Amino acid sequence: MDLRMFIWSVLMVTEKDMRIYYYKGSVVIFGLLFPFIMFLTFFIGRNLDLILFFPGFLGMMLFFSASSTGPLITPWEKREKTYERLVSLPVVIESIILGDILSGAVFGFVITTLVWIAGSFLLHLPLANPSVLIAALFLGSLAFAALGTLLSSPATNTPSNIMMFSNLVRLPLIFVSGIFIPLSQLGTWAWTNMFSPLTYLVDLFHTAINGDGVYSPVLDSAVLISVIFIFVVAAKTIQQHNLLSGR
Amino acid sequence: MNAIEAHNLYKSFGQVTAVDDVSITVKKGEIYGFLGQNGAGKTTTIRMLTGVLIPDSGTVRICDMDILKQPLEAKMHMGVIPENGTVYADLTAEQNILWTAKCYRMDRATREKKAREILIRLELDGRKDDLVRTFSKGMRQRISIACAIVHSPPVLFLDEPTTGLDVISRRLVIDTVRHMNREGSTVLITTHNIEEASALCSAISIIHKGKIIATDSPEKLRKLFDTSGFIEISFEQKITGRTLITGGISRAEPLGDKWRVYTDDADRAVKDLAKIAEQNNLKIVSVATSTPTLEQAFIEMTEGA
Ligand SMILES: Nc1ncnc2c1ncn2[C@@H]1O[C@H](COP(=O)(O)OP(=O)(O)OP(=O)(O)O)[C@@H](O)[C@H]1O
Ligand SMILES: [Mg+2]
Repeated sequence: MDLRMFIWSVLMVTEKDMRIYYYKGSVVIFGLLFPFIMFLTFFIGRNLDLILFFPGFLGMMLFFSASSTGPLITPWEKREKTYERLVSLPVVIESIILGDILSGAVFGFVITTLVWIAGSFLLHLPLANPSVLIAALFLGSLAFAALGTLLSSPATNTPSNIMMFSNLVRLPLIFVSGIFIPLSQLGTWAWTNMFSPLTYLVDLFHTAINGDGVYSPVLDSAVLISVIFIFVVAAKTIQQHNLLSGR
Repeated sequence: MNAIEAHNLYKSFGQVTAVDDVSITVKKGEIYGFLGQNGAGKTTTIRMLTGVLIPDSGTVRICDMDILKQPLEAKMHMGVIPENGTVYADLTAEQNILWTAKCYRMDRATREKKAREILIRLELDGRKDDLVRTFSKGMRQRISIACAIVHSPPVLFLDEPTTGLDVISRRLVIDTVRHMNREGSTVLITTHNIEEASALCSAISIIHKGKIIATDSPEKLRKLFDTSGFIEISFEQKITGRTLITGGISRAEPLGDKWRVYTDDADRAVKDLAKIAEQNNLKIVSVATSTPTLEQAFIEMTEGA
């Protein structure tokens, strides 16, 4: 397979996703409003140090925004019957999976960057490690866009079922990822957060902004890279199976 | 080199064997018809030919490229109008065509020129900036066709492109298929409309329960059944079918205000009918003999199989 052709097919899928799915209601609600509301409910009426918690907020923002388009796209396309035509265009399932991931990642990256810029202006955030911030934005947006795409892989043409399922997976994660209680304050309970990939993204943001990460940024990045890899392979395996069974 | 070459395709879904050892060869420049009853396996075959469904076994080559080993290259050479597939309702007619053309790696100037041409050919230029969401079924189907032909594909697959369309849309679609064929596209089309197939196609395969039971030109398929012609006759008086059964007539069925009688020997049957009319004091209003249509050939084959 010609690599240039493949990359082009990925970009075409991304372009289509960006033009159609960024404007869908559930993407706006779960990708944008939801993390804001979660954070506001947590903060209002409490006397917490905003700067200390800002890395957690950024992590949650990137987590929800990057993973919001993925669960929608494939079930939506199967319901609207555009998927059948898409697969007959010069694309392969890898192009569809990577294209969907890329569109989610761009969404998450741009929104989270805007939130960080706004936060820097309003709160005069510190910036301990600029290069770690860039790594966090890159790896985090890809990892959680990949999670979103993986969540949409089971064969179904009911977007609302998948949205429910994906929130069932996503919501619990934010409570075990050092967002509301920083890892450094969890003490002996820190191990409960080890299993959530979001923990490592939030930790990277801590290192980047306040310089108070718990793990080394290399470890955090390595975990996120492995997670990207695992999610992509899992999504491909499931979608390949769907292609065999004709669903 | 053949445009489409498929060997020994099998596909089953659970207990159902949808496609059972189908091989197809379509020469360059042909319009190839694929006929079969509902559930015969036409769509499943086309989905395997176009790389949308992976066969259990068998090979597919499009313009000498293996659809499973070189999917991108093979798909660049084809345009597909799926039976159950449509364009993006959230994009306008023109955006759909332009994006599709971009997928086929056409440059911007060519894309825009071709899109304009095709919108005019399919009589959609007045609505090009409207969202497809607002389109009727026939208009959506035309956009689907526009997207499938924008890159002048060497091979064009159409799965029941005219089902549910009115006469005007249907003619537009058929004319477009002919036009694409004249411009060099090889066409594989499935349809339920047998007369349409016989007027359009240079070769026809009949598929039944997942197996191809006949492949030939429409004319030859029709001739296979030339021995059993029929005569249509109407009388001024009401009669029962039994009256008409004689030595030369094997079967009679009512057809509106007429009777259709089947015979192996038209000469003898006409003489018999005249005799019957005379004996029963019936007045003949009209009589016409006919050779079998492709439809008859189709029904006889699939019922016999
Ligand atoms: N994805 C699928 N899962 C299970 N069974 C399927 C699937 N697709 C097709 N079938 C079965 O395979 C058989 C052939 O179906 P197919 O759609 O190919 O028929 P067809 O010739 O296109 O019929 P029609 O004229 O109604 O479009 C049918 O029995 C159908 O139920
Ligand atoms: Mg069909």
